[in-house]
Amino acid sequence: MVQSVGIVGYGACVPKFRIKSGEIARVWGEEPERISKGLGILEKSVPDVDEDAATLAVEASRNALLMSGIDPQAIGAVYIGSESHPYAVKPTATIVAEALGATPELTAADIEFACKAGTAGIQMCMGMVASNMIRYGLAVGSDTSQGRPGDALEYSAAAGAAAFIIGRERQEFVAEIEATYSFTTDTPDFWRREHAEFPSHGGRFTGAPAYFRHVMGATQGLFEKTGTKASEYDYFVFHQPNGKFPLEVARKMGIDVEKVKPGLFTPVIGNTYSAASPIGLAGVLDIAKPGARILLTSFGSGAGSDSFAIRVTEGIAGKREAFKKVGWQLADYIAHKEYIDYGVYVKHRRKLKSM
Amino acid sequence: MRGHLVIFMPSENLAITWRRIPERYRLTGSACETCRTNYFPTRKLCPKCRRKGKITMKQFSGKGKIYSFTEVTSGPAGFELEVPYLLAIIELAEGPRLTAQVVGVGEKDVKIGDSVEMIFRRILEDSPEGLIHYGYKFRLLKKVSI
Repeated sequence: MVQSVGIVGYGACVPKFRIKSGEIARVWGEEPERISKGLGILEKSVPDVDEDAATLAVEASRNALLMSGIDPQAIGAVYIGSESHPYAVKPTATIVAEALGATPELTAADIEFACKAGTAGIQMCMGMVASNMIRYGLAVGSDTSQGRPGDALEYSAAAGAAAFIIGRERQEFVAEIEATYSFTTDTPDFWRREHAEFPSHGGRFTGAPAYFRHVMGATQGLFEKTGTKASEYDYFVFHQPNGKFPLEVARKMGIDVEKVKPGLFTPVIGNTYSAASPIGLAGVLDIAKPGARILLTSFGSGAGSDSFAIRVTEGIAGKREAFKKVGWQLADYIAHKEYIDYGVYVKHRRKLKSM
Repeated sequence: MRGHLVIFMPSENLAITWRRIPERYRLTGSACETCRTNYFPTRKLCPKCRRKGKITMKQFSGKGKIYSFTEVTSGPAGFELEVPYLLAIIELAEGPRLTAQVVGVGEKDVKIGDSVEMIFRRILEDSPEGLIHYGYKFRLLKKVSI
């Protein structure tokens, strides 16, 4: 890459409510232990009745803006990746741009690619920033995903958002994005038709030919493109539909699983879909030291993966410390929680016909 | 409900909703340069200075204090799923007072004078096929600004 591009600010948002896997298992007559161990998910986040993908995206973006310290008017592009956009037609991106005060001189669009729409937005911003089309771009992954009651997805489908402001001035970076590589095929592992309330999926088919092939294909491709190997990275963040798949990828690729665990949040917040690997990256950036190297690989059903080689810069320390005093870091959102039972969960997610 | 005839019944005129977006989404109000008074919502005329006043746009910080509050247990249409919720008069750091929900807490968790900050939430939707209205609500300030 000729022009350097990097992250100048980032932020996350996770709703306050949690439901335990055991509580969902109790309702469906499953063994709580077997479910939470089998999926590697202890509990998942549940949005409040007045939260949706747009409100979560706004909160994560405001955190990113606060950390970056830039003028919102300097943002030239806003891309919101989600599979739960509040409207079928009418962009979420305009709502976010308006709430940030970034309008009207900017381009904006919603992106949809199952769980990887957020990282697709990062790539779009990288291209536009590097080619001097814009000075800063905002890419967000945000979802309030739904699983059919009783389906395996109900234990994991959660809510959250993560936002990244991409820029090109090296002295503003908290982390530089050194390279990106994508791996995409047409693979029908998971889908939701127009007007359908809940997604359908291929069960076991979502594993080997979908998640593992694409995540490993993109990660391997990035290694080859950059001439790097696993031992050169300090952290690995993989898309995390459950608590087990990312660790399985590490084992299959000879990566130390201890490098995956710091960016693995699905066990405590569930699968936040478009926000899942971006939240993992935000969590790692919250603890990484300058110079640390991070490899991020997303996965979106359908199917594709985007891989990124990221190097944390010296600039992170000052921005992170200043932000910690005024904003909410991912750890604050994870700690700030309230448990609800299945009945209240049904109300929150409007799973009853009469709602 | 799906399959039924849905009549589009907006809760307010679309143009009014659109005009209020800057104040609802990010607390944009007014200030009078003559008497240095801040106003929220937006004003076109300063009631103190009348024709001598000079109104300009004012961006509020979103920080404030609870001036008074009540718990709503029987909400208006559209708020059935949110009851019980807290409705408060918030005194913004810049002066003006406004009415808004305080979310994420119950009646016992707050007291008059507590510091709050603005957050962005759904307020109301016109119907399952209608417009979604977004705007400001507040939450207790966990972190004090430097």
